[in-house]
Amino acid sequence: MLLTVLRRAAQSVPLVFVVSILVFALLHAAPGGPLSVYLENPGVRPEDIERLRRALGLDLPLPTQYLHWLGAFARGEWGFSLSDGRPVADRMLERAPATLELAVASLAVALLAALPLGVLSAIRRGGWFDRITGVGALAGISLPVFWFGLVLQLSIAIGLGWLPSSGRSSAFDHGAVDRIRHLMLPAIVLAAVHAAGWSRYLRSSMIGILSQRFILAGESRGIPRKVLVLRHALRNAAGPLLTVVLMDAAFLVSGAVVTESVFAWPGLGALFTEALARRDYPVLMAFLMVTSVAVIVLNLLADLAHRTLDPRTR
Amino acid sequence: MKIARRKAHTAERPIDAATIIALIVAGILILVTVLAPWIAPQAPDAIDLAGRRAPPSTAHWFGTDDLGRDLLARVLFGARVSLAIGVLAAVLTVALGAGVGTVAGWTGRWVDALLMRVADAILAVPRLPLLMIGSVILRPGVALLILLVAAVSWMETARVVRAEVRSLATRGFVEAARAVGAGALLSMWRHILPNVLPILVVATTLAVGRSILLESALSFFGVGVQPPTASWGNMLYQAQATMATEPWLALFPGVAILISVVTVNALGEGLDVRRSGQGG
Repeated sequence: MLLTVLRRAAQSVPLVFVVSILVFALLHAAPGGPLSVYLENPGVRPEDIERLRRALGLDLPLPTQYLHWLGAFARGEWGFSLSDGRPVADRMLERAPATLELAVASLAVALLAALPLGVLSAIRRGGWFDRITGVGALAGISLPVFWFGLVLQLSIAIGLGWLPSSGRSSAFDHGAVDRIRHLMLPAIVLAAVHAAGWSRYLRSSMIGILSQRFILAGESRGIPRKVLVLRHALRNAAGPLLTVVLMDAAFLVSGAVVTESVFAWPGLGALFTEALARRDYPVLMAFLMVTSVAVIVLNLLADLAHRTLDPRTR
Repeated sequence: MKIARRKAHTAERPIDAATIIALIVAGILILVTVLAPWIAPQAPDAIDLAGRRAPPSTAHWFGTDDLGRDLLARVLFGARVSLAIGVLAAVLTVALGAGVGTVAGWTGRWVDALLMRVADAILAVPRLPLLMIGSVILRPGVALLILLVAAVSWMETARVVRAEVRSLATRGFVEAARAVGAGALLSMWRHILPNVLPILVVATTLAVGRSILLESALSFFGVGVQPPTASWGNMLYQAQATMATEPWLALFPGVAILISVVTVNALGEGLDVRRSGQGG
């Protein structure tokens, strides 16, 4: 088992390298390169630019620059933000907790919705409940996330005034209830697409399992239907679902960028859109690298979970 | 004759109601988009400063925006931009994916390994942020925007087509064609393409929805289609600031996006069920 883990992990290493080349190439494709911000500033003289180029090593050949950059990145030296001059790593670290909080909350919301919806529509396949959830799921995967956020803001936050419309906490109230109230709408918006996709995935795998012979055998032995569905079938469906959940990590990042921007949630996604508006390339590149590596790691976990939970792949 | 026809009819799977509805809605959407200049109540950029920020009424069904422009006219003309980008980007996405997938699957060895690692790498980078950075760097017009969307979306099709080509290439009829001297191009055209075509049709349909969503998200962040050209995404971008007082500006373009994407996704699902022959 350990050997399998190591071998599979080793396969991810070249992937990280290809991603890093991609990100590096993107940075250098910017007009004016990494110094484009200074080029637009009339207060910066051409000789200053030349000095900066030499100081930052931008006059070296590209492959050398790439290796320097990659080495520094691996050591945690992610450069300095162009907008406030602070280390990029610091800026990202202070934003990470908010994003993790949102991600965990939306994961919980999505699973709480997807599990009962998926199981119920599988055991009542073709019935009205199944049809309604089918249409709902179709709408869910087709939703423009940012627009769904705007609509919830308009209706529930501004119209009805039930929940705050943006931010992570109120100005003078940092209690748990206040925090949870702020968390609810962003978590629901981020969860919607996943809840829709996962419920349909769970439904089809439950249908497949419930039609297998060990379920029929269990039925003929008089095991109650409820036990068969919840203990025998759902346990078999849980593994593949977990894999799908982990594989969706990349979508979660895209969703977080949109959701955090709409709800002014002070996490990494909002940091990304702020950096984008200011052409803060060091932050943008670090964001892409960190999220891509996170996605690769989560996909690796998905693969390993699949191998562990499904005895046929051992 | 009659019996034979009935038999042929029952052998085909009947088209389910959802797919029929989706087809009708898709037809209406295409019609409305093509006929926009004739059915729009007025020009999408006609400014009426006296009638600014009017809520929906019989004169302006969808209301007016902060320059007094008719929102219905803008949604109709926005459809031309948003749907055209969606469809063209989807076609390009699948063409690119099919091309890469065929080359990888047919050639095998290091070409296959290289192309698939590149596909894996792009898949690992979160799509929307990548596209947003690309947009900021290149400041694309509509044509380049279509290219960008396709450039970050082709990987799934490539994977599916590669797997299919690999399994087809070892099958008897393709090997037989090769044995009698058919070249790679002829084999692909005559034997591989007809077999992957149904997959490509489904992939294109589903890609239309994803492309519409990507374009609208990009434009919503102000880095996609630039004003004065109206797209559904940049209309929502402009609506965000005054959303609390003029909610209709945020409502209608979003509904238009939702209806379009639901329609193509329903169509894609229906086609996929027919292709794979599995009941839903």
